[in-house]
Amino acid sequence: MTSPSNSTQTIDDFTDGDYKYGFVTDVEAETIPIGLDEDTVRFISAKKNEPEWLLEWRLNAFRNWLTMTEPHWAKLHYPPIDYQAASYYSAPKSQDDGPKSLDEVDPELLEVYKKLGIPLHEQEALAGIAVDAVFDSVSVATTFKAKLGEMGIIFCSMSEAIQEHPDLVRQYLGTVVPTGDNFYAALNSAVFTDGSFAYIPKGVRCPMELSTYFRINAANTGQFERTLVIADEGSYVSYLEGCTAPQRDENQLHAAVVELITLDDAEIKYSTVQNWYPGDKNGKGGIYNFVTKRGACRGRNSKISWTQVETGSAITWKYPSCLLIGDNSVGEFYSVAVTNNYQQADTGTKMIHIGKNTRSTIIAKGISAGHAQSTYRGLVRIAKSAHGARNYTQCDSLLIGDQCGAHTVPYIEVKNASAHMEHEATTSKISDDQLFYCQSRGLSTEDAVTMIVNGFCKQVLQNLPMEFAVEAQKLVGISLEGSVG
Amino acid sequence: MLEIKNLSVAVDGKEILLGIDLTVQAGEVHAIMGPNGSGKSTLAYALAGREGYEVTGGSVLYQGRDLLELSPEERACEGVFLGFQYPVEIPGVVGMNFLKSATNAVRRHRGEAELDAIDFLKLVREKAELLKMDEKLLHRALNVGFSGGEKKRNEVLQMAMLEPRLAILDETDSGLDIDALRIVGDGINRLRGPDRAILLITHYQRLLNYVTPDKVHVLAGGKIIKSGSSELALEVEHEGYGPMMAELAVA
Repeated sequence: MTSPSNSTQTIDDFTDGDYKYGFVTDVEAETIPIGLDEDTVRFISAKKNEPEWLLEWRLNAFRNWLTMTEPHWAKLHYPPIDYQAASYYSAPKSQDDGPKSLDEVDPELLEVYKKLGIPLHEQEALAGIAVDAVFDSVSVATTFKAKLGEMGIIFCSMSEAIQEHPDLVRQYLGTVVPTGDNFYAALNSAVFTDGSFAYIPKGVRCPMELSTYFRINAANTGQFERTLVIADEGSYVSYLEGCTAPQRDENQLHAAVVELITLDDAEIKYSTVQNWYPGDKNGKGGIYNFVTKRGACRGRNSKISWTQVETGSAITWKYPSCLLIGDNSVGEFYSVAVTNNYQQADTGTKMIHIGKNTRSTIIAKGISAGHAQSTYRGLVRIAKSAHGARNYTQCDSLLIGDQCGAHTVPYIEVKNASAHMEHEATTSKISDDQLFYCQSRGLSTEDAVTMIVNGFCKQVLQNLPMEFAVEAQKLVGISLEGSVG
Repeated sequence: MLEIKNLSVAVDGKEILLGIDLTVQAGEVHAIMGPNGSGKSTLAYALAGREGYEVTGGSVLYQGRDLLELSPEERACEGVFLGFQYPVEIPGVVGMNFLKSATNAVRRHRGEAELDAIDFLKLVREKAELLKMDEKLLHRALNVGFSGGEKKRNEVLQMAMLEPRLAILDETDSGLDIDALRIVGDGINRLRGPDRAILLITHYQRLLNYVTPDKVHVLAGGKIIKSGSSELALEVEHEGYGPMMAELAVA
C-alpha cells in the first residue's frame, strides 16, 4: 500500500475509513414539533388510530417514565440527552395513501435500499425473504404476506397488528418487557411509532427467514421501534434484523424494545446486524442506541437464540436476554461487537434460569480499535427453583492499537447448588508481527485485519443465517478500516 | 535478479547493516552465514520491507525495479518470499484459508485466474505430500501449537504454493531434526530453477549438505567480510568465524 517507512500512516488511513453508507434521503416527512408531553403521546396514538386501551397503556408508561432517571451504570460517556429537543413522530407522507405494491412505493425510498445493496425486488426473488421494511418509523413495504398467511403465520408492521390482531397484541405486548422495566423501555412504550409483529401458530415451522430492515432518516427523529415475536407451541422461526443509517452530524436517539415469547417446544432464532451511523473519526455525531431486547422461554423445551453483530452506533447500550422459565428451556447469546474511532459499546446479556434443567450459552466477542471502548456486561442468575441448570460463558476481547479499551464485567448469582457454571475470558491483540507475516504473503493490511478479526469472530458469525453471514463478514472488515496499530 | 548496493539499515536508530553489496543472478542460490547478531535477519527483514527497518543508505534493485519503493505486500506479490525464522501464530485463522487467500492475492497480482476451492485443494495436497506434511495441520489455526519443525515445513509449503522469484529463507534449518532437514532441503531444491534465486540465511553448514549454494557470503558486524564458493561454508564449519574476523581486523 505504501512504503514501509510510513506504514504508520497506512494504519491511520485505514482507521480513518469514512462511513460507507452515509447519505440523507429527501422524503417529504410529516413531522410534529419537537418536545414530549402527554399530548405528544396522544397525537401518536391518534395518528395511528389506536384503541383506547393502548393509549392508556402508553400514557401509563409515559407517567412512569417521568418518575424514572436515566441509567448511568454502564461504561459509557456522552453529553446529557435533552429529551425535549427531539421530534417523536415522522412518517413519509406517501404512506397516508398506503402503497398496495412495491410499484407504489416512493421511488426515493427504494433508492435508499438500493444504495444499501438491498434491492427489495431482488431480495424477494433471490433470497426468498419476506421484508417488512421500516423506514422512518413507518413500514412502507410488506411482502410475502399472502404466502405466510396460508400457513397461518402473521408477519406485519406493529401498526397493522394493532388494527388487525388486537387480541394477540394485547395478550402479549409488554409482558416480557413491562412498561416500567427501565427508563428507555418506558420511553419506548410511551412513544413507539411502529415496528414489527410476528406470530407463528402451533406446530408451524416458518419456511423463510423473516426480515426487517430498519433505517433512521429524517433529522432529529428518535426511533422508537417495537417488535413482538410469538412462537406458539412446537413452532419455529428465524428472524433477521439489520440496519444502516445515513450520515449526519447530530446525535440521534434510538430506543427500541424487542420482546420474544416461546411456548412449549417452540424456538426463535433472532439475528441482528446493526450498522447505524457510528459518528465520524473524531467522535462527532452517531446514533445513541439504547435497546431493550428480551425473550421469555415460557414453555417446556423451548429455545431462544440471540445472535448479534454490532458494528455501528456511537453509543450502544444493549443486553439481549433470556428468561428461562419453562423446564429444559435453552437460551443462547452470540455476540460480536466492533468499535472503532470513538465508539463506545456496553453490551452483553442476562440469562435468568428459573425452570429445571435450563441451559444457557454465552459467546461474546468484543473488538476495539482507535479510541473505542468496548464492555461486555452479563448476568447469569440461577434461581432457587432451577435444579440442574447449566451455563457456559466465553468472553473474548481483541484490541487493535494501543488507545482503545476492552472490559469484561460478568455477574454470576447462583442460588441452587446443583448448577454447573463455566466462565472463560481472554484478551488479545493483533500484533505487528501478525500483520507483517500476512503482508509478507501478499495480503494487504485491510485483508489481514479482516481475516484475523473474522477468524476471531467465527464462532459467532457461523450462527448467522447464510445470507447474513457473508454481509456481516464484509461489514466487520469495513468497520475496522484504518484501525491497525 | 537482485542487486544490493551499499545498503545500510538501522533499527531503533541503531545502525545494523553498514553497507552491504550483494548481487544474486537468476538461477543462483546464495548462502549467507555469520555469527549471532551480525545482521543476517536484519537483511532479510529489510528486503521484505518490515516496518522499523529503516534504510539509511544504498539501493536495492529487484528485477530492475527499486525494491525499497514497494510495500511488503507488493514485494510479496512481485515474487519476494521471506521464510521466517520464527513463523507467527495467528489464532482463529485456519491455515488452509490463509494459504488460499495468500495464493490468490499473488495470482491476482500476476493477472492469473484465482484458484477455485477444488483446484486449490488439489495443489495443496500435492505440495504437502512432497513435504510429508499432515493435511490435518492445515485445518488448524495457523502455526498455533505447531512444533518447530511443523512451522518450518509450513513455511516451505507456503513458498511452494506462492512460487516466488526470490526466496529469502531465514534460518529455515534451525529447529529441524535430521529427517526434517532433508525434507526441507528437498523442498528448497525443487524450487531451484533458471528463473529463481534463493538466499539462504543460516548459522550452520548442515543445510548446505542438502542444498549446494553457488556462492557463500560471511556477514559479520553489519558487513560482508568474505565471499566465496561453497567451499567457504566448509571452512566456516571447521574453523568458525574467528580467524576471518581476525584477518579483517588486521587488514
